[in-house]
Amino acid sequence: MSAARIGFLSAAALLAARDLRLALRRAGDTLLPLGFFLVITTLFPLSLDPSLSLLRDIAPAALWVGALLSSLLALDLLFRDDGQDGTLEQLALCAQPFAGLLLAKTVVHWCLTGLPLVLVAPLAASALGAPNAAMPGILAGVLLGTIALSLIGAVGAGLTLTLRRNGSLLALLVLPLAVPVLIFGARATALSIAGASPAAPLYLLAAFAVFAATLAPWALAAAVRIGIE
Amino acid sequence: MNEIAADGLHLWRGEAHVLQGVTLSVSAGECLQVTGANGSGKTTLLRALCGLVPLEAGHVSWRGTDIRVDPEAFHGELAYLGHDNGLKGDLTSAENLHYAVGMRRRIGRHEIATALERCGVPAARGIPVRRLSAGQRRRVALARVLLTGAALWLLDEPGSNLDAAGHALLAELIAAHAGAGGLALVATHQALGLPAGAQRSVTLQALTGQGTAAREDRP
Repeated sequence: MSAARIGFLSAAALLAARDLRLALRRAGDTLLPLGFFLVITTLFPLSLDPSLSLLRDIAPAALWVGALLSSLLALDLLFRDDGQDGTLEQLALCAQPFAGLLLAKTVVHWCLTGLPLVLVAPLAASALGAPNAAMPGILAGVLLGTIALSLIGAVGAGLTLTLRRNGSLLALLVLPLAVPVLIFGARATALSIAGASPAAPLYLLAAFAVFAATLAPWALAAAVRIGIE
Repeated sequence: MNEIAADGLHLWRGEAHVLQGVTLSVSAGECLQVTGANGSGKTTLLRALCGLVPLEAGHVSWRGTDIRVDPEAFHGELAYLGHDNGLKGDLTSAENLHYAVGMRRRIGRHEIATALERCGVPAARGIPVRRLSAGQRRRVALARVLLTGAALWLLDEPGSNLDAAGHALLAELIAAHAGAGGLALVATHQALGLPAGAQRSVTLQALTGQGTAAREDRP
């Protein structure tokens, strides 16, 4: 039997294909966080005095608070269904490295809920009065920030897997860890809008994303193992 | 040597000492039925044997090696069917099996169709699992166990929601698996209906009203 054993990459690709197919079948659930982000960022200009300077001042805060809350909302999709229908424990028993499989799930999750935020961020930013020259900095910031948020959030989602009303506890667990992302992300956006170089906060964001990508898989596997115990 | 052995398993669940020194072993070609009252720890025992629940004391060995040494090698030879079927409601039966089994070994469409037919649900192939009845879902889950091609089956109440024909099918599948040199540990209240001599059984017995130890039932 071991001769026919399948390699980790094929297994992870199969798992990713499964999650993409499931997301397509529940497109409404998948797109909800994106809609939430767009609503938050467009309500700000509507509810404020529409002067360009004021909008530009609040743009970083609106963008990043929106991105943070939207990624928190999306975390509910990551493990909950798999935990409830028993597929998560089957994943733990499928003879593949568990941490790797969970990382693959998180990557797919980012592609479905983080990447769309990156793609609409320029739109939301221009609605908040950001000049075109600021877009590369904003894009890079949101890209790195959503990667870090997905990874940190996944650990929190794993830890709160068995709790019935896990939403509020998940927010309590994840938000403190996500604060550095919020600070450096908003700073990078503010510098970009002001026409300055956002390199310093972007480097810190990148370091944070790499740090999360390095440690999250192991924390994730440990947390989910406790969750399915 | 082809056997799973549990030695002196102790496990606590909060305040309750659920498993109190459970010792059992199953050798190739054998089916062990685990019985016991509700709450006596059958599910916990099976999950501990899988390695899903960490043990307080004792160890489980597979072919002479502790399962914690190389869990992936052990899981490669293990098929576990829990209370939950482990099927996605939004995927069809064939898709479910394609993904679940495909992550362990290469599998073709034809093989999936054959297994579903063997489990009596050939028509379920293209139907989302969400729209199947509870008994049909259990049969699809049994098809997954079958397709895994694992030597060791750990089945937790495999007959739940199954009709009379389903129970007969279950007995047939387990007998065929044991006949081919496989091992099965089945936690269930109902008689499995295996031919005499094909099966042993242990009862998880309450020791203190909270915990259990295994006692072999000799015919």
